[in-house]
Amino acid sequence: MMDTSRSPSEASGFSRKLAATIIIVYMVVTLIPISWMVATSFKSVDSAISYPPEVFFEPSLEGYVNLFTNRSRQPKDYLDSLPPPETWYEELVRSREMVITGPSKFLPRYSNSLIIGFGATFFSVFLGSLAAYALSRFKVPLKDDLLFFILSTRMFPPIAVAVPIFIMYRKLGLGDTHVGMIILYTVVNLSLSVWLLKGFMDEIPREYEEAAMIDGYSRMQAFFKVVLPQATTGIAATAIFCMIFSWNEYAFAVLLTQFNAQTAPPFIPTIIGEGGLDWPAIGAGTTLFLIPVMIFTVVLRKHLLRGITFGAVRK
Amino acid sequence: MAEIEIKNLHKSFGDFVAVKNSNLVIENKEFFVLLGPSGCGKTTTLRMIAGLELPTSGNILLDKEDVGYLRASQRDIAFVFQLFALYPHMNVRNNLAFPLKMQKFSKTEVDAKVMEAAKLLRIDHLLKSKVSSLAGGDRQRVALGRALVRRPKAFLMDEPLGTLDAEFRELMCLELRKLHDDIDATTVYVTHDQQEAMSMADRIAVMNEGEVLQADSPKIIYNKPKTKFVANFIGSPGMNFIPIKEKITPNQSSIKLLDSSLKIPEQREGTNSNENFLGVRPENLRLVSENGVKGNIFGVEYLGSRKILTVETQLGNIKIRVDSDTQVKINEQIQFDTLNNNQIIFDGSNDMALQSEFMS
Repeated sequence: MMDTSRSPSEASGFSRKLAATIIIVYMVVTLIPISWMVATSFKSVDSAISYPPEVFFEPSLEGYVNLFTNRSRQPKDYLDSLPPPETWYEELVRSREMVITGPSKFLPRYSNSLIIGFGATFFSVFLGSLAAYALSRFKVPLKDDLLFFILSTRMFPPIAVAVPIFIMYRKLGLGDTHVGMIILYTVVNLSLSVWLLKGFMDEIPREYEEAAMIDGYSRMQAFFKVVLPQATTGIAATAIFCMIFSWNEYAFAVLLTQFNAQTAPPFIPTIIGEGGLDWPAIGAGTTLFLIPVMIFTVVLRKHLLRGITFGAVRK
Repeated sequence: MAEIEIKNLHKSFGDFVAVKNSNLVIENKEFFVLLGPSGCGKTTTLRMIAGLELPTSGNILLDKEDVGYLRASQRDIAFVFQLFALYPHMNVRNNLAFPLKMQKFSKTEVDAKVMEAAKLLRIDHLLKSKVSSLAGGDRQRVALGRALVRRPKAFLMDEPLGTLDAEFRELMCLELRKLHDDIDATTVYVTHDQQEAMSMADRIAVMNEGEVLQADSPKIIYNKPKTKFVANFIGSPGMNFIPIKEKITPNQSSIKLLDSSLKIPEQREGTNSNENFLGVRPENLRLVSENGVKGNIFGVEYLGSRKILTVETQLGNIKIRVDSDTQVKINEQIQFDTLNNNQIIFDGSNDMALQSEFMS
């Protein structure tokens, strides 16, 4: 007899189990490198490179200490002559026969990443939503060509124009500055943001802003008070895409930044060079690097899901 | 409240002419309905009064002041949209307060005005609700509340009852008209539904293809339509048009219809064409036993208090309204004639009604 307790459009028990299995397998595959990286960040230098690899190990904060400090190796008699260590991290470093010579550059690089990442995301979304609104609502001459032109800036990898940008930035004095990097990432993200947001703006009925304008508001006020709040879904989705790009971008960061505005991605690999392969420190840097974008995505997650499936089913 | 005057208003979108040189005067405190089929230019006219579209040429006077080319926000009018356009990210109270926040009222004044509007519309218990949780009728009331809260010079409504179900629509028709009278409003109301128009309006302007064909009280629009389009559009079913193959001359008071002669109101004008139409409403025809126009019953529609008969004749199909207890069968041969002297002659060359003893 046929099972009529579920509707024909609902998945059957078997296909649900199959889907769950596939998801679990996929999850394990993707999570193993990440969990290994997190585990490495809590290992000691020795256990990180031990063979066979240690799955269970005694956790240590050595990686994090190494990440945030510069150290130098000292002879044992010198170490013995020093006053006893004042903090737990000094003690940890001393046990490796080293002394802390100062903070590392990780924190400034990390905050550069935050400033440039969030700055570029804000401007991409802000300028993108204004442009998208204009393209969605007004008769713009050559609108389709403009839209194509905006999109065409993403038809080659941005790094293909690295040399002209490098020269331009040097002439303009924008190299190795926060402003320069924010402008660069904003420009790269804008085409995506205009196109995504235009889709969302098109779906918002004009009546809302018309109602606001009749109620005495200017178009700009109507845009901020009525249109933007309704585009939150689209703005959240767009912001996540922009954030992920600006946060992870490596090539331009290597090329254009060295000291002042260097972001975390080009900095983390330089840890490798400092006194042997310090895998726990690299693990710690990468783990900390993951956290902001993860929090950002989780916070905006419910919008993201609605955002990327937007338009599939009309409200 | 205000008088609205439209002078030679013209609007075209590229090659498409939406409104053709229209003239209208909407009196102070009048409930004025723009009626017509979709695409006739009624909504465009309304949007031009509101300031959501700018005229290609012509003027719009609000209390004698030309506002035709001002921004919507500078006109002091309110607009109720078909889909209500309530701001979904605000609750009912904030929706109502939104128009007031732009004017420099204190918080207590805003609260008082919101409360007053909410009480008037009986939505004061809903002020804290989210807009998305409201039923259609309540949304409608909130939309009206947002329009009247700042007491604008005029209310413009674009098919505001279009999305409500039939039962609710009738109720809201009554409420809207009562609200209009209670607050001495000037209202311009757009609809394609003639029943809505007839039941609410002080005056109706019937539009077609961008032109205002006639602007008069519902009674005159119904009984003395100026064009064939108006005669056909108003009334359910519309007017019968019986082709007459003779040129009508001034002072003529009868026409030949098949073999018999039919008395008509004395005409004041003649026609240009030899092929004209006799317009007669279904309720102005009656069944007779002899000396009438002969025909066969083609269809019977039972409508409760009355029946509409469709009769096949040599003059084409003709609709007759009879009492619902009249017994007729399909294919039965019957005769009918006119009940009174309310016929209208339409000139075949331009579809205009002729002036006559009845029409003037």
